[in-house]
Amino acid sequence: MVQFFFEVLIGGLLSGIMYSLVALGFVLIYKASGVFNFAQGSLVFFAALTFVGLQEKGLPFAAALVATLGVMIVAGLLIERLVLRPLVNQPPIALFMATIGLSFFIEGLAQLLWGANVRGLDLGLQDEPIEWIASRTGINVSKFDLVAAGIAGVLVTGLALFFNRTRIGRALRAVADDHQAALAVGIPLQQIWAIVWAVAGFVALVAGLLWGARNGVQFALTFVALKALPVLILGGFESVQGAIVGGLIIGASEKLAEVFLGPYVGGGIEGWFPYVLALLFLLVRPEGLFGEKIIRRI
Amino acid sequence: MLYREAGQFKSTYAADAAIFPIRQDRIAMAILLAVAFVAVPLLATPYLFSALLIPFLILSLAAVGLNILTGYAGQLSLGAAAFMAVGAFAAYNFVLRVPGLPLLVAFAGGGLVAAGVGILFGLPSLRIRGFYLAVATLAAQFFILWALTKVGWFTNYNPSGVITAQPMAIFGQPIATPPAKYLLVLTIVALMALAAKNMTRGNIGRQWMAIRDMDVAAEVIGIRLMRAKLLAFAVSSFYCGVAGALYAYAYLGTVEPEAYSLDLSFRILFMIIIGGVGTVLGAFLGSAFMILLPLGLSLVVHFLDDTLHLGVASSVASNVELMVFGGLIIVFLIVEPHGLARIWQIGKEKLRLWPFPH
Repeated sequence: MVQFFFEVLIGGLLSGIMYSLVALGFVLIYKASGVFNFAQGSLVFFAALTFVGLQEKGLPFAAALVATLGVMIVAGLLIERLVLRPLVNQPPIALFMATIGLSFFIEGLAQLLWGANVRGLDLGLQDEPIEWIASRTGINVSKFDLVAAGIAGVLVTGLALFFNRTRIGRALRAVADDHQAALAVGIPLQQIWAIVWAVAGFVALVAGLLWGARNGVQFALTFVALKALPVLILGGFESVQGAIVGGLIIGASEKLAEVFLGPYVGGGIEGWFPYVLALLFLLVRPEGLFGEKIIRRI
Repeated sequence: MLYREAGQFKSTYAADAAIFPIRQDRIAMAILLAVAFVAVPLLATPYLFSALLIPFLILSLAAVGLNILTGYAGQLSLGAAAFMAVGAFAAYNFVLRVPGLPLLVAFAGGGLVAAGVGILFGLPSLRIRGFYLAVATLAAQFFILWALTKVGWFTNYNPSGVITAQPMAIFGQPIATPPAKYLLVLTIVALMALAAKNMTRGNIGRQWMAIRDMDVAAEVIGIRLMRAKLLAFAVSSFYCGVAGALYAYAYLGTVEPEAYSLDLSFRILFMIIIGGVGTVLGAFLGSAFMILLPLGLSLVVHFLDDTLHLGVASSVASNVELMVFGGLIIVFLIVEPHGLARIWQIGKEKLRLWPFPH
């Protein structure tokens, strides 16, 4: 029983890191431009589909990876140029709606280019339990999940350092705080946004590869974004660390709830449990765990 | 020339505060209502009723409801469809379990139950704001649909989950033909839109707008935030609930959770953004736009396909439609962020001077 509990817990924590990976894309853009980018899920889908599509065309793994990265960066730059720049100084809800429109566009484009078939994606990692741990403790830990968690960890550390320790990172935070003030002190707004969208494209690629390898590359990948939202509100929209901690909490509690609570209420609670959990959390801390404290003045 | 209010003097406060203070507006509205109630039922085809007019009116009503919450009170919600589902299922259960209950009472009951659920999910709005609240309303969307699917009592233990809505009748008159359904929907929508227009012009509407513009300031000048916010959730959910009941009874003919997916919530949100946030007119314009756009797109794609003999596969066509749809929304937001209602407003200003330049 205890063994089973820990197995579920660890599985949940590891899948939570996968959520964090998607949430990270949201945080990046929100932090830098105050835009709640609903299209992040579609970008994940687009990245995975492009990678698989290029591989089918005969490109080797590394070449496909580089090409997809290029495509994602170009996509990020185009989004910044064509969608965000004309909408500067619009209310946040208008920007949010624009990104929903964008997500329709990207989904249509991805399927138009590569077709809507479900495809497999092989990263050379097996989704099998690690024998060394299984034989000693009796707990099954998936090798794939562990590696995915490692990649996410590296990515997050890198981004956290980037945001807190570099000049560009500081400029990013200034832009997030106040567009006009940042412009006034001479921060090149457009350049900063271009960088952020390119990085968000890169994060989407990593998330797309890992999720695609796990669940197959299919349209359902876009719903991964819906999994990332409760992670976001739990951790706070502006916090990279929050995305990770939120992901761990959501992943673990979701799996535990599904396994131990689900049978009593008819199952399928994975869809809403994270949201209700995050909602309860918000009642105590309205800006999420690591979000910036909201100070309101008249 | 025609649209000029010069010479129309008001001698009472009542006349000054009238809902249509300009005579030309009153005439235009009367003509519009006459066309909608008399000319359309005589002229329209059954296809036009069931594919365009009825969904247009019902979704307009839902958009009016969401506009009260999001446009007037400033509480962004992504769960409008869930409240529609509550209304539909509540109305279904009222008709099923209370024999002899008049249909309109059942619809109103559906709306009231939705209002109650709306207040429940509106409670977090007292603590959280902005996008945090928007994501929190997704909790309503997912939880309500899950509950409607899993709890057998709501669906009367129907194994398939797709329930045929009971036949509609008012005062013993069956409402089965498309024109009859249209008239029923039109009457309800017209009355509720009028009520919404008056509510938003009055005391409570101004309180909502004050909260939308800055809630701390509103609180300081003596607006009771809790009461006004929860009222916004209740009224909005009531509108959505009635719209949901109509959607099930007058449009789909079935009561099923799948009809009220997140997709529908987004579509209703699009309607108010494209139509114009914070206007009742905008809800109708946006709804018309969102109903006509996919139809127009597929017509254009088919036309191009036929004339140019491209031999476009249907999957390609649907993807192109998706892209154009998304692209148009972005273009729209860039070109006119205040929506169709604003264009209408500008048009009226122009009309006032026409044909003179100044």
